[in-house]
Amino acid sequence: MGNFAANEGLSIFVILVWLGINVFLFVHFYMAFLVDRYYYTRVILGHALSWARAPAACLNFNCMLILLPVCRNLLSFLRGSIQYCSRTAARQLDRNLTFHKLVAYMIALHTAIHIIAHLFNFERFMDSQLMINSSHLPYVLSQIGNNDNRSYLNPIRTNETNPTIVMFTTIAGLTGVVITLALILIITSSMEVIRRSYFEVFWFTHHLFIVFFIGLVAHGIGRIVRGQTVESVKVHDPVECHSKFETWGQNGTDCPEPVFAGNPPMTWKWVVGPMFLYVCERLVRFYRSQQKVVITKVVMHPSKTLELQMKKKGFKMEVGQYVFMQCPSISQLEWHPFTLTSAPEEDHLSVHIRIVGDWTQALYTACGGDKTVVLDAWTLPKVAVDGPFGTASEDVFRYEVVMLVGAGIGVTPFASVLKSVWYKHVQENKNVFTKKIYFYWLCPETQAFEWFADLLQSLERQMNEKDMRDFLSYNIYLTRWKDAEAAHLRVQYEAEDDPITGLKQKTRYGKPNWDNEFSAIATQHPGSKVGVFLCGPTALATALGKQCISHTESGTEFIFNKENF
Amino acid sequence: MGKIEWAMWANEQALAAGLIYATGGIVGVAGQFRGWQFAAFGIAAGVFVCLLEYPRSKRGKGTSVERTGQYCFTVCVKAFGPLTRNYYVRAFLHAALCVPGGFMLATVLGCVCLGIASLIYLSAAIHGEHWEPILPRTEPPKRVGNSIKEPPQNPPPRPPPELRRKKADKLEPAAYDNPMSVTINE
Repeated sequence: MGNFAANEGLSIFVILVWLGINVFLFVHFYMAFLVDRYYYTRVILGHALSWARAPAACLNFNCMLILLPVCRNLLSFLRGSIQYCSRTAARQLDRNLTFHKLVAYMIALHTAIHIIAHLFNFERFMDSQLMINSSHLPYVLSQIGNNDNRSYLNPIRTNETNPTIVMFTTIAGLTGVVITLALILIITSSMEVIRRSYFEVFWFTHHLFIVFFIGLVAHGIGRIVRGQTVESVKVHDPVECHSKFETWGQNGTDCPEPVFAGNPPMTWKWVVGPMFLYVCERLVRFYRSQQKVVITKVVMHPSKTLELQMKKKGFKMEVGQYVFMQCPSISQLEWHPFTLTSAPEEDHLSVHIRIVGDWTQALYTACGGDKTVVLDAWTLPKVAVDGPFGTASEDVFRYEVVMLVGAGIGVTPFASVLKSVWYKHVQENKNVFTKKIYFYWLCPETQAFEWFADLLQSLERQMNEKDMRDFLSYNIYLTRWKDAEAAHLRVQYEAEDDPITGLKQKTRYGKPNWDNEFSAIATQHPGSKVGVFLCGPTALATALGKQCISHTESGTEFIFNKENF
Repeated sequence: MGKIEWAMWANEQALAAGLIYATGGIVGVAGQFRGWQFAAFGIAAGVFVCLLEYPRSKRGKGTSVERTGQYCFTVCVKAFGPLTRNYYVRAFLHAALCVPGGFMLATVLGCVCLGIASLIYLSAAIHGEHWEPILPRTEPPKRVGNSIKEPPQNPPPRPPPELRRKKADKLEPAAYDNPMSVTINE
């Protein structure tokens, strides 16, 4: 159980604190409207007033939070500073998108409560204007302020209207409708089906958040929530005077007419900070994207993989980071994330792009992928690069023993890691904290190997020369194979080099037996923290997560890190 | 990631709109607001829209993801044939259903959301999309090749049994048992 705490503890703590703050705000603001100042408001509205104000406070809090997890550059900066203190805290920042979604759901929930409560409020305000009867307190209260139109209680000022019209003619009502619509459109276009298949619709509709925030700040300008002014309460105590409403303000009573005023808007105080941070974030992204990027080399690999080597002045990266790339000649507005496959020690940055969709296909054509002649450098398209942004792989060198698992194209961040390993040990001979790397690559077909096999071959050669064969242990698993190939390999099993990759360590078939692998590593390295890094499908992540939890015994601790986009 | 199939988004929007319409209707009826009859209509229309929109259509390109338990809804919706297949009909239906919601505050939001869904469906219909049921695939009966009709009369020629046996000491290093026997020339 303790290992579950090690893996998930901080996340659960953060969620509990966030929920706790929500509950506190809800209850506090519910109670805040049960005081005497709002006595007369409650005469008309009952508890629906509190039911509307409490979620409003929670909405202020959550709308403040929602912008923060998507400030990529700010998070990268925080991550870099925090990880010197605590690896766990830094890893927490990897789950920013999950938190963003949680906060969004909470906003939706509180919006629903807020709207339903206000439906009752509008209805009750309307009722009290329509029950024309001077011995009816709500009606009397609604008539206050008819002369000067400032000290009124009931925002519905006449009985010749209906709630729908009132909603569209008040600032609060109109902004409310607009921002709720924006919220609903944002949510429906963020469903997984739409997000994964039609990213552009998701991305463009999501920008309605600008409308949302403007409307949110403007929502309270009309000061539609009204209560007795402080001065009025001093001279007119509602508890004492409410039953004497027929004689208010007349000579000889000690109950003058009550005076009402609206509450000033509060939302801007909550959201102005994060809005400013987000604006800075977009400016930083824009500035970085304007920096000149030159494509120095284009390589076409089999299995439709395109490698681009680029140079950008002043670009600094760590292992396993990713960048966003844009190609203005293909699309002005699309930015796509790609993992960097180059090591920090190299003088260029490279990405390996798999050609799957419209944008990547267009990039392939623009880089001359379908032409056989060599293109001049100046004909290559202009690209913009934003990043690098940190992901879990940055932490690799902070563990003594490391397990790297890549499935298919998921091996790309580890290409960067292995290259960096080579540079560190072989060329610079630094005293690196990491003592042993176990590398697993699961791949459905052999063709995808080619560019990675080269890397592994040169690594193997270098390791042999420096007599460091034991540093890196890699296992390649073919999860799909043809019978004819298998027969050929069966015959060749005695050969020294693997017939597929030409490497000394053999290619295996099927899926790895994780139980055995974890047990073997646990026995080999007692008492150490083993970092497990995965870039691959969710099913594998669940399996590995479970293995980490079950194999963490006294001594060896397996800590699981997952990449995702 | 190719061209957007508008119907996918229209479907999500309509489902959400149906829920909002029904919820607004429930509030209107439960609170006995003025004009609660519109709210009652809102509940009925909202529920109807939810039932109609719950089964996802099969996508033109790519894999379709079903919603949990949508099969029975798919069968019902499919039974209406061209009425549910055609997105012009759906766009018009949603536009008509949303109008009564505009007369009462509680259902106004449902009205506007359903109206937007109707517009997106109109866009889908203009782009030539239509609703396809997601049905479980039935395997086509395995077609039997011509040669099967006449099985061979004699067994195939084989080397003598001594050469066919696998050598025991060469078996351990093998990672798996190959289904085909591979003879090694001695």
